[in-house]
Amino acid sequence: MSAPRPPAVALEGVDKRFGAGDTAVDALTGIDLTVAAGEFVSLIGPSGCGKSTLLRIIANLIDPSAGSVLVNGKPARQARLDQDYGIAFQQAGLLEWRTVQANVELPLALHGLGRAERGRQARELLELVGLAEFGGHRPSQLSGGMQQRVAIARALARRPALLLMDEPFGALDEMTRERMQSELIRICTETRAAVVFVTHSIPEAVFLSQRAVVMSPRPGRITDVIEVPPGTRDEDFREADAFYATITEVREALRGRTREGSP
Amino acid sequence: MRTGAVWSGRIFAGLWPPLLFGVGFLLLWEVFVLLRDIEPFVLPKPSAIFEQLRENLGPILTATWDTGRNALVGLALGLAAGLLAALLASRLRVLEELLTPLTAAAAAIPIVALTPILNTMFASTSSTPRRLIVMIYVFFPIFINTLKGLRQIDPVHSELMRSYAASPWTTTRVVRLPGALPYFFTGLKIASSGAVIAAIVSEYFGGLQQGLGPAITSAAAASAYPRAWAIVTAAIALGLIFYIAAVLAERLAMPWQRPQGELT
Repeated sequence: MSAPRPPAVALEGVDKRFGAGDTAVDALTGIDLTVAAGEFVSLIGPSGCGKSTLLRIIANLIDPSAGSVLVNGKPARQARLDQDYGIAFQQAGLLEWRTVQANVELPLALHGLGRAERGRQARELLELVGLAEFGGHRPSQLSGGMQQRVAIARALARRPALLLMDEPFGALDEMTRERMQSELIRICTETRAAVVFVTHSIPEAVFLSQRAVVMSPRPGRITDVIEVPPGTRDEDFREADAFYATITEVREALRGRTREGSP
Repeated sequence: MRTGAVWSGRIFAGLWPPLLFGVGFLLLWEVFVLLRDIEPFVLPKPSAIFEQLRENLGPILTATWDTGRNALVGLALGLAAGLLAALLASRLRVLEELLTPLTAAAAAIPIVALTPILNTMFASTSSTPRRLIVMIYVFFPIFINTLKGLRQIDPVHSELMRSYAASPWTTTRVVRLPGALPYFFTGLKIASSGAVIAAIVSEYFGGLQQGLGPAITSAAAASAYPRAWAIVTAAIALGLIFYIAAVLAERLAMPWQRPQGELT
């Protein structure tokens, strides 16, 4: 490696206010957060804490009312125009009229890649998410978990340095969900992408992340950042004491027992 | 193709109940007219109507062709105009605000009242006024349905396209247009058989003496009621052909909505 990679995300003093006057709502206040290149960070908090709003600000899908947002060392808008991130939502959001393969090819096609090249890359991506033989299927023929994997493949299509995920496994059953989490860990290790992952599942946040960012509502703000002990994320980790201890720690932070010296 | 065979098999499976019902209905009709000894000018027997259809097949086919051509040309014109207007209105809000009340007014035009006026605008040997009537009739269902379809966009798709930094036109092409197809075809199915009705109505008010309308009028004037009914039968068949063509076009254009085998 030559020069160190810039942080995947750098937020400073980000505020977001919806509306104006008496009816204005402070969705986010004073958000400072840095996500290192290749780091996995979860945003966790109750509904209305602004975690999805924060994700959309990083994605430049909405503009902050104040503060600075850098993605890969660039202003968020430039990063979006340069396709520096991939994004996946709670709904897979596949285009039902396209085949699975054509759905994964879409971001590549929009970026002007030739037919043969994007076909090759899309097949690679489908292999990465374990759906190599389903390229010719329609999305409606796949299960919810498979559709979500296609959406992840699509989000990874441009080999982004940053993956933004808004409760991507929220609509899946618990078994599928745990399998998808392990898949995601494997994929991120392979692609070395940083991830900002919105969830309201504590075990999910702890299992996946290096850091869990705890948020609270009214106004939406970061109340705590909890480091998850390092360790291989396999099925053993789900049974490990460190896993449970961190879950307790996050749960208490969510209940509002903020510790001294939290960042 | 196996799936194709399964598919057409499904169509036939869906076809026989109405066929059986239709045949049964005609039989009852025949028996009813025979038993009650009803006069042909009140209600002719189905067998007499089919007899007339066979005897006058040539002229009836010619009349059907004339009306069908007007309906088809008018449908194509109305389709093109409705689609274009919907596309523009979906992209430019000003245009939508301008077009929507105008098209509502166009939909309120009584085509029966407009026909004699259009007839005097063009030469009496021209089919143009009839085609214009069909076009006006077709425009509204196509415009209003397609516009609704173009306006509907899944928020996820909208955010996704924005994350791709896609231009509004690209979003229209990639997401909105394919997403609007079901709405467009709903409009087309309404417009298709309606186009035939509008074409026939437009023939009742002077102008050319060709097509199904004048044929029905002259048969009725000559007290040839079974023949008039035979021509009405041809008109129904023509409307059905238009409708079925629209349904087939819908299936061809949206293969992803075809029934498909579940994944095992």
